[in-house]
Parts: sequence; structure tokens; C-alpha cells
Amino acid sequence: MNLTLKIWRQANADAKGEMVTYSIADVSPDMSFLEMMDMHNEQLIGNGEDPVAFDHDCREGICGMCSMFINGEAHGPDRLVTTCQLHMRKFKDGDTITIEPFRANAFPVIKDLAVDRSAFDRIQQAGGFVSVNTSGNTQDANAIPIDKHDADKAFDAATCIGCGACVASCKNASAMLFVSAKVSQYALLPQGKVEATDRVMSMVNQMDEEGFGNCTNTGACEVECPKGISLENIARMNREFMSATLKG
Amino acid sequence: MAKLDSKVPKGRLSEKWTNHKSNINLVSPANKRLIDVIVVGTGLAGASASATLAELGYNVKTFCFQDSPRRAHSIAAQGGINAAKNYQGDGDSTHRLFYDTIKGGDYRSRESNVYRLAEVSTNIIDQCVAQGVPFARDYGGLLDNRSFGGVLVSRTFYAKGQTGQQLLLGAYSAMNRQIGRGKIKMYNRHEMMDLVLVDGKARGIISRNLVSGAIERHSAHAVVIASGGYGNVFFLSTNAMGSNVSASWKIHKRGAHFANPCFTQIHPTCIPVSGEHQSKLTLMSESLRNDGRIWVPKNIEDVKAIRSGSLSPTAIAEEDRDYYLERRYPAFGNLVPRDVASRAAKERCDAGYGVNATGEAVYLDFADAITRYGKEQAHVKGLDENDAVLVKKLGQEVVRAKYGNLFQMYEKIVDQDPYETPMMIYPAVHYTMGGVWVDYNLMTSIPGCYAIGEANFSDHGANRLGASALMQGLADGYFVLPCTIGDYLADDIRTGHIATDTPEFDAAEKEVKDRVAAFINNKGNRSVDYYHRKLGKIMWDKCGMSRNEKGLKEAIEDIKALRTDFYKNVNVPGSAEEFNEQLAKAGRVADFLELGELFAKDALERTESCGGHFREESQTPEGEALRDDKNHTFVSAWEYQGEPEKAKLHKEILNYEEIEVKTRSYK
Repeated sequence: MNLTLKIWRQANADAKGEMVTYSIADVSPDMSFLEMMDMHNEQLIGNGEDPVAFDHDCREGICGMCSMFINGEAHGPDRLVTTCQLHMRKFKDGDTITIEPFRANAFPVIKDLAVDRSAFDRIQQAGGFVSVNTSGNTQDANAIPIDKHDADKAFDAATCIGCGACVASCKNASAMLFVSAKVSQYALLPQGKVEATDRVMSMVNQMDEEGFGNCTNTGACEVECPKGISLENIARMNREFMSATLKG
Repeated sequence: MAKLDSKVPKGRLSEKWTNHKSNINLVSPANKRLIDVIVVGTGLAGASASATLAELGYNVKTFCFQDSPRRAHSIAAQGGINAAKNYQGDGDSTHRLFYDTIKGGDYRSRESNVYRLAEVSTNIIDQCVAQGVPFARDYGGLLDNRSFGGVLVSRTFYAKGQTGQQLLLGAYSAMNRQIGRGKIKMYNRHEMMDLVLVDGKARGIISRNLVSGAIERHSAHAVVIASGGYGNVFFLSTNAMGSNVSASWKIHKRGAHFANPCFTQIHPTCIPVSGEHQSKLTLMSESLRNDGRIWVPKNIEDVKAIRSGSLSPTAIAEEDRDYYLERRYPAFGNLVPRDVASRAAKERCDAGYGVNATGEAVYLDFADAITRYGKEQAHVKGLDENDAVLVKKLGQEVVRAKYGNLFQMYEKIVDQDPYETPMMIYPAVHYTMGGVWVDYNLMTSIPGCYAIGEANFSDHGANRLGASALMQGLADGYFVLPCTIGDYLADDIRTGHIATDTPEFDAAEKEVKDRVAAFINNKGNRSVDYYHRKLGKIMWDKCGMSRNEKGLKEAIEDIKALRTDFYKNVNVPGSAEEFNEQLAKAGRVADFLELGELFAKDALERTESCGGHFREESQTPEGEALRDDKNHTFVSAWEYQGEPEKAKLHKEILNYEEIEVKTRSYK
């Protein structure tokens, strides 16, 4: 396949960025999107140009490091995949592909397509944990049976990879889906319930401090989430937050 | 140079760890506040160690090259984590887990370390559940288990096919709690560039900020390396793109012995290579072998027809299929250990029976499992067990619940539906059992420098059993290192803060800056990836699933020549004072180019076959691996002497007190 790529280039956080147009030939449909980007970078290096910076690591859809806003969608046109799992067979010969970074005030650009998502880490540091020491001298793992349905729902929420697609897809750059997934995981498990009140208050406060926008229930986040995290989690977090506020 | 002393405590095997913990030195809570520890890497080992050290009261500085500690590649582990809980009542015990691990490792691991691993395994599950790790449960609300390769019990705990992710997020959350308390200072997007020694002790590191390019000095009373394995020396592996050997290799060059570099695990169930553009390989969890049956066609005509696209695998009759693992190893069948399964796939493909265009793929077929589960469900629900359409639908639902995310991943990559047609798989480099040599306390041969998790060599011998990597990472990080490190640090309570404005730090920083500048100023004509791919090809062809003297000797010469070419002609664009991925990669590939040679040298030295190391010169008439216990029951620990070829071999002789060393048989 021969393709035209329009890629956001920005030298560093302070520089002014711009879209730059490139063409690339002989792309195999079996390539992953990132392998196509590798091929493009090899060409740039060969021509003495600066390769395009982008984040990536595991390349199997689980580390959450790859990002990219492709043709107006986080992780591109396919569903339930990250950019590293997107394959070029989803595109046609002659296509023009627009590639931008995940955009949000809380995700400043580092270079080109790489952004700083450390705001997510700080939200988790504010309360995304169970305050148990790591001595291993807790009670036996089977001491508290957990309803399978709750355990499964907690698992589904816990599969969030922290990539930030929800924020990038939201017109308000809201982080509600991300935060609610973590809040839900713990709220659904007896081990997490003990601190549920403090946790939801601290995490929501930190989320607001980082400058993420409000949720207006458009559901774009759920559609673009590579792990299919459900909007149900946002409803659950709202309930948790309300009840925490009432407890004062 | 430090002598090779494993410091294994005296006494009975089952009492060593308990006695050791009772007898080693402790640091008081008030004094822990005066001591700094650096941890490099935030996978299961690094994250759990950071969290526990901080919780104990030490001041911890943790480094990762990713944008967040949660991205470390432990996150990609799929299948599960072993623990001798015996919840299934199927005869499991600490001793059985210990024995299986030693046997699976082909009797090349240290008995005392493995026993300790089995001993603390049960605490890991308790700990993780308390942290809110959502393990799979049955309808009674209790934890579920499954079975993995090389064992006869169900002791593997799991969270669908995302066990590594859930365990890592648990350790990450424990870290976050300590970061929030100010006890861990986290350095994201930082790479360790070198180790700093003061009076022969590890006292700090030089790091590079990957965003700004700034070279920084960090001091501590001890340095813990938890940077994972070196599978990416093969270029194509199931490791993450950034996974590298550099932290381990830098400490090796500063005096830490490197053990058993040739012990590499080639995992049998990975998605086959699709073409030259391939940048990495994707693993399909070994848990799939619980339900999938591995086969190739019996008749070469069928193979040809499949490759040409004129025959579908589902159209091949049962009697025309060769379920070669069930045929060769009736006792363990499809659940033989990884090394055995990988070699058997290679044997069939080398004989011409590979089922894709490259000739390097075998089938992993779920049709039988779907029918079996479907009938069971039909029976439970009181429906017609002979209704094939219904049975298939019900069976697919069960398989989807068990392996849904893996099947989806396969379909996205290969563009084929594994519920309808068998998966294609082929072995790929996955894990490295070799690593930095450590003693019983997990200290390397440099005082004050420790190595944990996949970065060390100690627990898996020549082959690792499935679901044991997660176990080892968390055992080392949560329970072993935080305890043993106190024994060393007890002497440091009066040392005070380690200054960084000293000649030792000056010299180390200068070396790092010179290395970085050399890459930037080289202005060669070949990209870093060009060299990495070349190295990978040499490694795979000559140091891969089977090795021989001639190939290994060639590999050593080829790698040397490639390294010379690399330093002469590599092209690193951009500058050192910016976000420069090519520059970071150049440093990593430079280290792989040295490690690769030591790897081949180690493989050449070990003339026996054992575990993942198969020497063609050492096999039985049936083609099974042939160990040479008389001459090779030892750990090779290599001391750096200026160049890989000059590395000096030290042997740690392995003594087995509790178990009898036997020929491994899975027949």
C-alpha cells in the first residue's frame, strides 16, 4: 500500500507544533500501525531527518504506553485495540492518515506524538490503593469469599490500562472513566470497601486539581476505550462520591 | 574480586529461611530513616521491593524508563502465578512446588533459593488478595486454580489472561501509597546509565533523564537492580520494545558476575512471524495448552495443500493429524514443559510439516475442548447433548470465558477466528533464566548491589516452569530482599548521606557523557535497528533452540565483527539534550552486542544439553536432551575482564541435599 501521512511534529513542550505531510510506500497490510511508523522513521533517519517521537513499549495491547489520535480517533478506527494492535489491513491503498497526539491540557506534549500522562499516576497516588502493609502476614486469601459477579465486575474495571484514550476522546478532556474504573474495582471488593469514602474523595479532588474536564455523559470514552471499560463505572463512582459527600 | 560464596545458611533445607531470618542483622526503625536505597525497574520485583522497603522506613528512589511504573513488562504476563496453597486438595505442598521447580529447571538451580521461593509462595496470594487483586473465583466465592505445564497439580492462580497486569497494578498501588507518603521518590522516564562504586561498594547510579537528556547523579547506601531479562538480544522476542540488559550489563562491567547467560526460554505458544517488518512477537498464554491440542498434518501432501490455501485444517480427518506431543509424551501430553514443547515444534517444522507460508507454525486446536465443554454445559442445563450446533455454541461460551482476551488478541493480529479454525503458533524467545549472579541474600558479587526478579539467575535453572516468573518477582520483592538487605545495611547506620560531589561520581558521570557524545558525534550511515536486527538474526540462527560448536564459534566471530561495525557506522540522529529515542536505543543495543558474545561463549562452554539449552552434540538416540551431570552440575558465573572474550569463568557447584538428581522424563 502507498499512503500519505499527516503527522503532528512538535520539537518539545514549549515549541509551536504543526502538521507535516509525508508519503510512505510499500506498506504491508500485515504490519501493525507502529511497525508502519517504525518503517517511516527508518526512512526519515536514512534521509537525515529527525524521526517521529511516539510512546510504545509492550506492543501487545496491555502496557498502555502507546497513544496516537488516528483519523480523529484514539487508537484509530478499529475497536477494542490499542494503536500497537491496530493493523494496516484496516486501511486502503492511497489513504491519507492523520496522526496526532492525545490532546488534553492535563497531558502536555513532550515531543511530537509523545505526551506526559503523569497526572494519572498522581490521581492513583492520592488514594488508588488499599492501605495494607506488604508483610504477607494478612489473613488467608480464601478467608473472605467474594461473590463471583462482584469479583468479575471488579476484574472488568481493573483491566483499565491507563492509556488515556478516554481523556483524548472526550470533548471535555474528562478523566472520569479512568478514575471511576479504579474506584469501582476497590468499591466492589470487601478489601477496598473499608477506605471507600476517603478514596473516592481524594481521587476526585486530585482529578480536578490536574485540570481534567467534567463528564457530560456523551459516552465517547466508552466507545474508544481499548479495554471496553463500561460507563457503568462512572455511575458507580458518582454514587460513591455522593454517599461520601453525605457522610461528610 | 569477591569470591563466589553463595552464603547458603546451614541447617535443614526446610528450616534455612526461618533460621536465617531470625539470625541476620536488623536495622531499627529510627535508623532506616537514615538510609537510602535505589531501585532500578518497576516490574513485579522492583515495584514490590520499592513498596516494602519504603514501608519498612528506608528512603527509596525508584527509576523506570517508561512514562509510568505501571508500564513495566510484567504487565504483559498472561497465564498466572503459582502458589503451594493446595486449595484444590490435589496433593500440592511446599515440597512439591519446590521439587517441580527444580526438576523443571533441569537440576541447574540452587536448591536453597528454590525451596525458599516455594515456601513464601503462599504469602504472595494472601498479600495480593488483601491488596484488592481481582483473581478469578468460582461460584462459591473462593479462588479458582488452573494447571500449567510440567506439573501434575492445579496450583496456578489467575485473573483471566491478564494475571501479570493485575499483580503489577497491585504492586504499583502499594508503591503509590508510599509515593503519596513521600517515602518513595519516583523517577519516570529515567534510564540508569552506570553504577557508581565507592570503596568497592555500590553507592549510587548515574541516570539520564529521557525527556531533557540531563545526566544526573543519585547516591544511596545500596542499589537494587530489578530491570528484567535480556530476551531482546534476539531482537524478536515477546519482551517489550524497551526491555534491555543495560542495568545488569553495567553492573557486570563494574564487577558483578553474570550467570548462565545461555539459559534462555523459547516459549512454545507464540504467534508466528508474519514478515520482515516484524518488530516483536506476541505470546499466547501457556494456559491455552490446558485445552488446546497441538498438531501438524501426518501427510506432507496435506501440508503442501494447506500452504497453497487449497485445504483448510478443519477438513483434515482425525487419523491424518499428528498430535506429536501426545504421541511422544503420553504422560504429560500437551502440558510438557516449555523447552520440550518448543523443541518438538521445531523438530516437526524442520522436517517440513510447518503449516504456514514460512513453514514455521503448528496448530493449536480448541475444537475438542469446545465440544467437551459444550456437552458438559448441555448436560448441566438439561439440553440435548447430541445437538452439534448447540454444543458448539455452549462450548464456545466456556472457552470465551476462559480465554476470551487471548482469542481476541489472536484474531486482531492474524485476522483469523480461532473459535472456528485452529490457531497457528511457533516458539519465540520469552524469558531469560540466566542473569546477574546473586548469593542467598540476593546480593551480587558487588557489596551493596542486589539483583531481583528476572534480572538475577537463581531460581529457574535451565528452564522456567509456567506461572513461576510472577511468583519469583513478587517473592524477591515483597518478602526476600527487604529482609536480607537489612543484614548489609545494618553496618551503614552511621555512614550518613552519601555525597555525590566526589571523584567516583565525577569519573562515572564523565564516562557516561563521553559514551553519549560518541554516539551523537558518530554520524554513521546505518540506523540502530539495522544492527539490532542483524544481532538478533545471528542469535536466533546460532544460539537459538538448538546449538552446536561450529555455530557458536561462528556466532562469537560474527558478533565481534558486528560490534566493530556498529561503533564505526551507527547513525544516531538528533542531540543528547532532548527526547531522543534513537540515542536511548543505541546505548541498549551496544550492551546487547557485548552480552550476545558472552551468551555464545557460555553456550559453547556448556557442552551438555539441559533445559532450554540444547547442544546437538549431546542428545539421546531418540533426540531428547542429554544432560552431563558429572561435568556440568554447576552455575557458570562470568567475571568481566575488559572484553566479553576475556571473561573469566567461575563455577558454583550445585549440591542437592534433599532431592535425587534424575533424568527428566515427561513420557
